[in-house]
Amino acid sequence: MDLKDLYQEIILDHGKNPRNLGKFDNYNKDAKGNNPLCGDNVHVYLRLNENKKVEDIAFEGHGCAISMASASIMTDMVRGKEEKEVKEIVTDFLGMIKEKDSLETNILKEDEKTKLMSLSGVKQYPMRVKCATLSWHTLTSALDNSDQIVKTED
Amino acid sequence: MNIDDIKREFPIFDDKIQNNDLVYLDSANSSQKPRIVVDRIYDFYTKEFSNVGRSVHYLAVAATNLYEQTRVSVQKYINAKDKDEIVFTKGATEAINLVANTFGQKYLSEGDEVLLTELEHHSNYVPWHFLRKAKNIKIEFAEINDNGEVTLEAIEKKITNKTKIISVSHLSNVTGAILPIKEIVQLAHSKNIPVLIDGCQGAPHLKLDMQDIDCDFYAISGHKMYGPTGIGILYAKKKWLEDLPPYQGGGGMINEVKKEGITYGELPNKYEAGTMATAQVIAFNESIKFMEKIGIQNIEKHEKELLDYGLEKLRKNNSVNIIGNPKEKGGVISFTIEGVHPHDIATILDEDGVAIRAGHHCCQILHDKLNLPATARASFGVYNTKDDIDKLDEAINKCKKIFNL
Repeated sequence: MDLKDLYQEIILDHGKNPRNLGKFDNYNKDAKGNNPLCGDNVHVYLRLNENKKVEDIAFEGHGCAISMASASIMTDMVRGKEEKEVKEIVTDFLGMIKEKDSLETNILKEDEKTKLMSLSGVKQYPMRVKCATLSWHTLTSALDNSDQIVKTED
Repeated sequence: MNIDDIKREFPIFDDKIQNNDLVYLDSANSSQKPRIVVDRIYDFYTKEFSNVGRSVHYLAVAATNLYEQTRVSVQKYINAKDKDEIVFTKGATEAINLVANTFGQKYLSEGDEVLLTELEHHSNYVPWHFLRKAKNIKIEFAEINDNGEVTLEAIEKKITNKTKIISVSHLSNVTGAILPIKEIVQLAHSKNIPVLIDGCQGAPHLKLDMQDIDCDFYAISGHKMYGPTGIGILYAKKKWLEDLPPYQGGGGMINEVKKEGITYGELPNKYEAGTMATAQVIAFNESIKFMEKIGIQNIEKHEKELLDYGLEKLRKNNSVNIIGNPKEKGGVISFTIEGVHPHDIATILDEDGVAIRAGHHCCQILHDKLNLPATARASFGVYNTKDDIDKLDEAINKCKKIFNL
């Protein structure tokens, strides 16, 4: 295990200055997620246009550097993508965080993949995987219009 | 007392953990176990095992005697009047649930109030919340002050003529505040209100005298007292155990069972339904002996020295904020570092073998009040040394470096 794999510069940067933090007015989908073990929470807001494209996305919440960075990078990555593409990215990301060595989707460009892979160090810290995945599960829940609050402890 | 000798009694410190010497600062969560406790479990299962209180064969009688010896040891350790006032449970959580459930059944009805404090652990809130749902009772919370303490006055302020029971912590697992429980009991009794003390953090660190404190109920967690998991104690005055209904039904707690009705067993069997955590109860006797051998006064003194040293050290460390400043404080230091989330602190400290806890420590009400989603917490046990605190301080500095503070 190496802390440098976990706390890469890009993570520290997004953790400290999260992009897309806050709420915007004309969202049409949203969902909440929380981690009852640590009290971290996230609320994802997004606007899907008539072509099912993510026009805008933002999040509110608080948490550790990993969870804030993950939500920040996620929101950057899915803006402008179609719902179907977003779901593919989410599945690919969750697969990578849990087991796979790399990302497989063709939707993301190489530099975007590199950015996402900065979160892969979490794999070596099983207790912290939930920190990285909470906002992604919450995004799925928002897209599926689920009223259920996403919990990491199901 | 020699801490190095004491530390050697704990096998967990024999080997490296992830290539580090273990700096275990999570004893408020659960303490490590001395060899005699671990060995006792092994010996019981390999040489002496039988169920207790039922059969008449040799092993059953011997096991029953061992099981009952722990009851007497606990009675003496906490200076209870009668051994029948000691009920074994699966933990302090079950002890509190037992009281909330049985007292609630018999004595609480709509509009009645239960008085807790803002610093209670979830296990001294959720069981009462069940009654709020089931019986429409109210729950009041005595407030903490800026030092993270709950004063006698704060309790008094919330007592009304509807208050039916007061249930408070002995020692806060977050701020470390030691509550004036004896005074709280005196005040409550002057108004005919019974008191339950959640002694999870009190029992491992402070001298206990039930007859002196005079509380009605006191809940103890075995695994925080250098004992096994799966064992807790409910101390309750005999009059309550005789008066309240049984908690769980099953074998061992009955007197006579007929199709038309059932009578219940005598104390303490009335509250010990089913096969209990026999090996753990028997091994817990060794935990009591271990603490008696060192002496609770010596444990208190040692942990106070560690606390003073730790507070001094961390106060000098820039960007560390210590949560709460109670006058009477146990060996718990909760803190935050400006700009680093407690979970990140815990992960980074762990890399150097420094085990702390991060989160809300099962005290969300308190963290909401403090307006903090989470804190980091270092807590002490008898095996900790000043060197452990130095290592904590160094690891905090490493944390600050990673986050460019």
